Amino acid sequence: MRPRWSPGAAAAALATAALALSACGSSGDTGATGGPRSGGTLTFAVGSDAGCLDPQQVGSNDTIYSLRQVVDSLTDQDPATGTIVPWLAEKWEISADARTFTFHLRSGATFSDGTPVNAQAVKDTFDAATKLGPKAALAVGYLSGYAGTKVVDDSTAEVSFIQSNAQFLQASSTFSLGLVSSASANKAPDQRCTEGIVGSGPFMLDKYVPNQSITLSRRSGYRWGSSLWKKSGEAYLDKLVFTVIAEAGVRSGSLQSGQVDAIGAVGLADESALKAGGMRLQTRANPGVVFNLGLNNSRPLFKDAAVRRALQVAIDRQQIVETIFPTGSKPATSVLAHTTPSYSDLYATLAFDAAKAKSLLDAAGWVPGADGIRAKGGTRLSFAITWFANAATNQPTLELIQQQLKAVGVEVTLKQLQIAQITQVQQSGDFDALWGNLTRADPDILRTLYSTQLANPYRLAPSDLDRVLTDQAATTDATKRQELVKQAQDLIVSNAYVVPVVELTTELGVRRNVHDLTFEASSRIQLHDTWKS
Amino acid sequence: MRRYVLRRLAQAVAVLWAAYTVSFLVLDLLPGDPVSAMAGGGLDQAPLDPAVLARMRHEYGFDQPVWLQYLEYLGRAARGDFGHSVATGRPVTTVIAEALPPTLALTAAALLLAVVFGAGLASYATYTPRRWLRQALLSLPGLGVSLPTFWVGLILVQLLSFRLRLLPAFGNDGLRGLVLPALTLAVPTSALIAQVLAKSLLTALDEPYVETARAKGAGPARIHLRHALRNAALPALTVVGLVVGNLLAGSVVVESVFSRNGLGRATVNAVTVQDIPLVQGVVVFGAAAFVLVNLAVDLIYPLLDPRIVAAGRRSPA
Repeated sequence: MRPRWSPGAAAAALATAALALSACGSSGDTGATGGPRSGGTLTFAVGSDAGCLDPQQVGSNDTIYSLRQVVDSLTDQDPATGTIVPWLAEKWEISADARTFTFHLRSGATFSDGTPVNAQAVKDTFDAATKLGPKAALAVGYLSGYAGTKVVDDSTAEVSFIQSNAQFLQASSTFSLGLVSSASANKAPDQRCTEGIVGSGPFMLDKYVPNQSITLSRRSGYRWGSSLWKKSGEAYLDKLVFTVIAEAGVRSGSLQSGQVDAIGAVGLADESALKAGGMRLQTRANPGVVFNLGLNNSRPLFKDAAVRRALQVAIDRQQIVETIFPTGSKPATSVLAHTTPSYSDLYATLAFDAAKAKSLLDAAGWVPGADGIRAKGGTRLSFAITWFANAATNQPTLELIQQQLKAVGVEVTLKQLQIAQITQVQQSGDFDALWGNLTRADPDILRTLYSTQLANPYRLAPSDLDRVLTDQAATTDATKRQELVKQAQDLIVSNAYVVPVVELTTELGVRRNVHDLTFEASSRIQLHDTWKS
Repeated sequence: MRRYVLRRLAQAVAVLWAAYTVSFLVLDLLPGDPVSAMAGGGLDQAPLDPAVLARMRHEYGFDQPVWLQYLEYLGRAARGDFGHSVATGRPVTTVIAEALPPTLALTAAALLLAVVFGAGLASYATYTPRRWLRQALLSLPGLGVSLPTFWVGLILVQLLSFRLRLLPAFGNDGLRGLVLPALTLAVPTSALIAQVLAKSLLTALDEPYVETARAKGAGPARIHLRHALRNAALPALTVVGLVVGNLLAGSVVVESVFSRNGLGRATVNAVTVQDIPLVQGVVVFGAAAFVLVNLAVDLIYPLLDPRIVAAGRRSPA
């Protein structure tokens, strides 16, 4: 245990409290007057309701914020270093071929229905997760190639795969593979969604009103928290209410007027009002693959490496970040966000340089026409970006990219599709470039997206990259794996298979009397240590 | 009277069938499919296993020809079984039954406010002898009809919840939570009622029977309320029947702005993820409610004007 309060921290807290009092004295805030205390209800406003109470079948942040608190995972991941640390598992061993993972569970942990967290529960959870269907895409992906779990003894579970799967250790720290009781695991997927699951987490599901709220209450007797948490034992807060407020303006107004304690999905437009109102803004870049133009490498236009490279340097990422994204967002400096373990800084390759873009295109024979758009042998340098309305920043970003590329003689059209069409587009390959990102706290996500041996949605041609990606999945030595992941990033970026643009940043608005509301490694939240003054 | 009722019932069934069929076709024409929408819930670039998707499509019957799906859905719907929501797996009838009470409370409160405001405004505007006041009051409904509900809602929230902190900005909690949404929804509706009622009041006040009543010595208030209003109420009643449809549609916007649980929110979510069974259920329910209210209105007519049954049809609105 780290000491909670140093004199310096106490002084800082007092200063913050004084500021909070002077900034919004009329709003009824009582600033921090002492150390952490137990009790109280935290009301957190999110933008949507996924209509499902099973953390294994939910992908939307708005719902993960609440359901993450209900389940514990075998391991936890340190958001600062990316290191995997003990949670329900005290220790673990990984076979040299990265196919078998043996977890040794701590004793005494129970699910909220009273049943023990044992090796059988691990087996039941994972066996069931592989059969959950498309809503559980995350869990199913983590367990790809799952051969089975052997119950060695009550506290030892051996999870094995038919091929090397080094990312599984990190996956075991995610909410998607949080453990559920055997009774929950045996339910049908739809039933798990509607009734919710029984976990061993610091909070339990209390009440769910569709499209309105999810209420959780503290689990009494909880004492098997993650080794990363500051407080041992039960959580501070009595209750958590996640209320759904779809309208961004109503969300920030409700925060400022004190009707809620914290809000998710804050945008650049809300920032100034929230700051003026004395609210605290918390940001963290989501790990994983940054927002990017995923080029369809089988298109004739993008078989020309000069064109792909030119696109990379023709985009002024700094301008995009400053005009559209929340303060604190960073331009992409690799295909991975800087919060991803084994991220490597490739800024030099991705720096904005319009002159270089032009000379690359000139050299490749693309000549500007009368309207400024380049052409070669009768083909215009023109392509469509396919996008979906799943983030408010998408449209303004793409419109800006459209202008920036036009300045170097590249024509871009924007093609918006319905969210229901994502998979169809990926499978058919009917796109020039696809706008999107992917949040994961393990670099193996590069293999999922860019290995030609898997789904290969961007139609890359087989290359040395495949070998590097396969090798990193089979390497358990942290240093060696990091080296391979760096190589992979370098190959992807220097060959310009994708055009990385900007890191997705999660931004929360929090009232000053809420303390220790922290981000975990995947930039979702951890509320065990959170307290209100 | 019996033939009149039977004919109206037959029309009601035809309307329900048409609503069901048209909504089915529209949903089928939308690009994409519900299984992909479900899988796209994570909203990122992760590719999905085509085999898993195919299995799900088969389980939900989406791999069958459209006309076969239609007949099967229709057959079950006729027996009152609308199936399960694709997105959440819950029975459609349960989802609607749960979402209905808050929406009913909202629309009933809004309708009440709208009738009181609308009738009050129309009566007073046509009654007042002050010409400028009458002109000012009569221009209000035009304004009310043209203001977007969304905007009205946000302005009311800003003022009454965020600035004055009188009322909650979101949620379904009790009467206090109902005030702002009901007010918002009542604005366009009361304007519509006021418009129609004011117009027919002005017409009625020019009728010869008003002269007769006046000659007999009735005071202006008595003439206005007892004679003119009763005769002018008929077109306004027709509008109230139509307005129920507007209220249901308006609840979609109002429930979104105020984050209230209800039929409107459920509909928006269902359409976004192409939850065909749920959308179908809501459409049929909405059509049924609309048909029933108008049937009730038709049956009230004869009480106000006995000539209507004799003719077997309603007078033009």
